Amino acid sequence: MLREFGIDDILLLLTGAKWTVLLSLIAFTGGGLLGLMVAIGRVFGPGPLKFLIECYIRAIQGTPLLGQLFLFYFGFSIFGFDVSAWVAISVAMVFFSSAFLGDSWRGCIEAIPKTQWEAADALGMSFVQKLCYVVLPQAARIAIPSTVGFMAQIVKNTSLAAVVGFVDLLRMGQLVTAATFQPLTVYLVVAFMYFAMCYPLSQWSRILERRYNATHQH
Amino acid sequence: MPLINIESIHKTFGKLEVLKGVSLDIAAGEIVVIIGRSGSGKSTLLRCINGLEKVESGKVVVDGTEVSAAKADLRALRQKIGIVFQSFNLFPHLTIEKNVTLAPRVVKKVSPDEAKKAAITALERVQIANKSGAYPSQLSGGQQQRVAIARSLAMSPKIMLFDEITSALDPELVGEVLKVLENLASEGMTMVLVTHEMGFARKVANRVVFMHEGKVWEQGAPETLFKSPKTPELAGFINSVL
Amino acid sequence: MSYEFSFKPVFRNIDLLLEGAVATLQFSVIAIGVGLVIGTIGAATKVWGPKPLGFIVSCYVDFIRNTPLLVQLFVVFFGLPSVGIGLSASQAAIIGLSIYAGAYTVEIVRAGIQAIPRSQIEAGLCLGMGPLQVFRHVIIFPALKVVYPALASQFILILLGSSLVSFISAKELFHAAAYLDSRTFLPFEIYLVVSFMYLAMTLGFRALFYVLGRFAFSGGN
Ligand SMILES: Nc1ncnc2c1ncn2[C@@H]1O[C@H](COP(=O)(O)OP(=O)(O)OP(=O)(O)O)[C@@H](O)[C@H]1O
Ligand SMILES: [Mg+2]
Repeated sequence: MLREFGIDDILLLLTGAKWTVLLSLIAFTGGGLLGLMVAIGRVFGPGPLKFLIECYIRAIQGTPLLGQLFLFYFGFSIFGFDVSAWVAISVAMVFFSSAFLGDSWRGCIEAIPKTQWEAADALGMSFVQKLCYVVLPQAARIAIPSTVGFMAQIVKNTSLAAVVGFVDLLRMGQLVTAATFQPLTVYLVVAFMYFAMCYPLSQWSRILERRYNATHQH
Repeated sequence: MPLINIESIHKTFGKLEVLKGVSLDIAAGEIVVIIGRSGSGKSTLLRCINGLEKVESGKVVVDGTEVSAAKADLRALRQKIGIVFQSFNLFPHLTIEKNVTLAPRVVKKVSPDEAKKAAITALERVQIANKSGAYPSQLSGGQQQRVAIARSLAMSPKIMLFDEITSALDPELVGEVLKVLENLASEGMTMVLVTHEMGFARKVANRVVFMHEGKVWEQGAPETLFKSPKTPELAGFINSVL
Repeated sequence: MSYEFSFKPVFRNIDLLLEGAVATLQFSVIAIGVGLVIGTIGAATKVWGPKPLGFIVSCYVDFIRNTPLLVQLFVVFFGLPSVGIGLSASQAAIIGLSIYAGAYTVEIVRAGIQAIPRSQIEAGLCLGMGPLQVFRHVIIFPALKVVYPALASQFILILLGSSLVSFISAKELFHAAAYLDSRTFLPFEIYLVVSFMYLAMTLGFRALFYVLGRFAFSGGN
């Protein structure tokens, strides 16, 4: 029952893309929140915590996301939770994102000069006040370009969801391919849809970076 | 026929006309010092001689080759013309010896042994042969500049161009570089130098050329030029630098 | 919490996984090598090449960098046969990974080239060198040195990314893991061991790149 690749298939792919977007948003929000804790813990935490966080970052950055995904996917069921592909990939993506964002934000926090802390000290601020009113706002400005760039990475990495059967854009592409048997057309369309999501993010990140460099180089 | 023949060349950068009809002949063995205020076009003139800058009109002929021609063989020409800049521009990733042997090996296809011999000779001429294994960053400015001279000399050029090569050096290092230049001069090398070292110009130059606003404003033997400048511009310039 | 971990069957078949790891290393090293060649040529084209060629390189780089590697591999392996280009799994894996590695390397090497001051290029030209000689003897080495840390990180990402070629049935570590899983039904244990093997490989790569960097870029500044 082969059919020609047509407008209906494009619509099917778009419904898959919708889940890709949703998954990306979950990964970015969850990863961002956890990443902020990772960054703060890594910079200000007590020695052992710093060490643990460093191990966490290294472990995630030193292993394939695919491995992490499988560990969550199969690990949950071992511990008695029967979770869907949807939960497994979300959790894996959150942890994955938190390690990368945490590591990059750590650098941004450390880039704030000591004199800023001292200035805040002089005003009698508490640690949390110094962090929230003086340091983090400045660190955030440095962090924005690379963070936006990382959002494109997240979108691309969500394509792994397809391999555990979650019907995202790529998985939908596989299904449409099975129905139309036009793999080249379908996968190229899928690629362009990913491109349409990632390219604006990459360009935006590039522009932000240029703008930041322009105002901070002199 | 002079070794270098420059005929009313014009050069502009965007809207800025930097050379406004410069003519200059330089004979083999001559030592010409170019002086002038910042921005008067001295560097640009030197760069036109070895084709680093294209002129818009007029012509530059060096040793019978028309540099300004569209199809000039600049690579062949540049083997005859050595040039040394204010910033030494040594290759940071190569040792002193490799800096000096690179061009003979890859451009002239000289065997490694021969290139090495030539390098040692060149480094001896600038009195720095004992540093051949060091990297540029390990040398003082004066030493680096002398290596840069040796690097050009190793190509056995007919002409050497020097653009303010002592300007970036600490005062105590200027002497050693000028000494090398004097030696070269006494060996009969054709040299064109841009410099602010008036004492040096007086001592070694056959001719001093004063550039002003993109033109050769005045030229002549160093003594006459410095003692009795004809134009108020040169007089003002001499006053400001002495 | 009644699950009993059993690593014994995994370690009994460890040679299967080790073979897979060797294949993973092979894929990665080839992709890195080809990627470096593509990256160098592409970067030079972008900086000095004719505008249309530079534009084509930019399109290639942007397209690859903004689509998932898994999709690229699917296009190469499942898509190309429909236009008569049938590739074996490992051919498709090598081609896909190399194209992927090349795109990222272009951008990194380009940054390195642009960090080399114009005066260095002029110094080479003034000695009578041709453009290719200047590129080879004056530019590329210091340029690579500038971006070496970024290159090394990218190469590690390629090692990790190579895990995806298992989905076009190329035989590497994850492929071996899936096979072992089908025989032992111990996915968690297997993927845990596999993850540690990747960790070991990335650490090994890091150490190797460090040593190579010290060796290749010693001297100078
Ligand atoms: N590549 C270029 N692009 C634009 N303008 C240039 C360029 N090179 C030189 N100029 C301008 O041309 C003018 C002459 O420059 P040139 O370097 O020849 O002067 P100079 O006499 O050597 O001065 P200095 O003593 O400062 O070295 C200057 O105003 C300079 O800004
Ligand atoms: Mg100058």
